[in-house]
Amino acid sequence: MLAVRDRQDRAAFGALFDYYAPRVKGMLMRKGCGHGQADEIVQDVMLTVWRKAAMFDPQRAQVSAWIFQIARNRHIDVIRKESRPMPEELAQEPDAEPDASQVLGMEQEAKQLKEALARLKPAQREMIEAAYLGELSHRELSEKTGLPLGTIKSRIRLGLDKLRHELKGMRAE
Amino acid sequence: MSAISHHIPEPLMAAYAAGSLPRPYALVVAAHVSMCDACRATVAAHEVAGGVVLDEMVKAPVEEDLKASVLALLDAPVDPEPEPVKRSGVYPGPVMEALKGRPPRWKSLGMGVKQCILETGDTGSVRLLHIPGGRAVPDHSHNGLELTLVLQGSFSDETGRFGVGDVEVGDEDLEHTPVADDGPPCICLAATDAPLRFNSLIPRLLQPVFKI
Ligand SMILES: [Zn+2]
Repeated sequence: MLAVRDRQDRAAFGALFDYYAPRVKGMLMRKGCGHGQADEIVQDVMLTVWRKAAMFDPQRAQVSAWIFQIARNRHIDVIRKESRPMPEELAQEPDAEPDASQVLGMEQEAKQLKEALARLKPAQREMIEAAYLGELSHRELSEKTGLPLGTIKSRIRLGLDKLRHELKGMRAE
Repeated sequence: MSAISHHIPEPLMAAYAAGSLPRPYALVVAAHVSMCDACRATVAAHEVAGGVVLDEMVKAPVEEDLKASVLALLDAPVDPEPEPVKRSGVYPGPVMEALKGRPPRWKSLGMGVKQCILETGDTGSVRLLHIPGGRAVPDHSHNGLELTLVLQGSFSDETGRFGVGDVEVGDEDLEHTPVADDGPPCICLAATDAPLRFNSLIPRLLQPVFKI
């Protein structure tokens, strides 16, 4: 993904397509799209990944989390014919080097989350899939999704604090 | 920003991240997240979980020529994305977007209380409320879930004090009488899944009490 973002590397984008296109399509079909419509949305999603690559910040999101968001938003646009209310974007420092330890930390957290998901009983795992694929309403979702999100929240919060600090520094200059 | 003490409940955050939260509530969440880094991190954490689910998704093969057509479109010119609508005064970006970039057009409900309906439809409604200091917040028949985000000033009720950035979660069980605190008018963003009825009802109810 960083090769796509920093060098507009087409081969790297091709590899990203091969990995994510069938998964995004799987997600869309599970959400009720037919083959043709799912393919159309996959096309939009992958083009958005290419065009918005500059906005990808590995300190705050995993590639899979970022593509998950793009697919979710595009599905809402197409199916509900409405846009999704989005929070204000945090300004990014133009050419800041990503903090390697923060990026590595994010990767480790996501890996642990994946392992936690794999350890769950099939029924519980199915519940979590249903939750994140938008099959459960906010009333059906309980206080705990069953995934330990505490440490990853703190990790992301660290990244946000750092970004706020840098933005403040920029304004002070 | 550190003063925010009432946040969005976890199930609503998960539903927002999953894209299943009805639009009126999603607007309140987006506005709160614009003001609250703790909840911004919570949404991002749920999105990481969504990414993990995507990673583990059962694959569905795409049409054979889809990759070629996507690659062929990489250099195609695209219209520039419209700039996201910016915060203006006390109104965060997503609220300004719902206002279509213009200041709210207030409609009087009597006694200095005003509202501006942003959206109303099958999935509920969301509006801005403007309550002068010392006055009660109208409409507290909680027919469903009601989310109220404070954008300016504050209000208090039996459950506590709600200042800028705080969200009160009301449901059928919540019996309370919120009153705007003295000081600048309290401006709130309120979303509900119940239909809007009180438009003309409240002034009529208030009339005998306040002899207006
Ligand atoms: Zn919060």
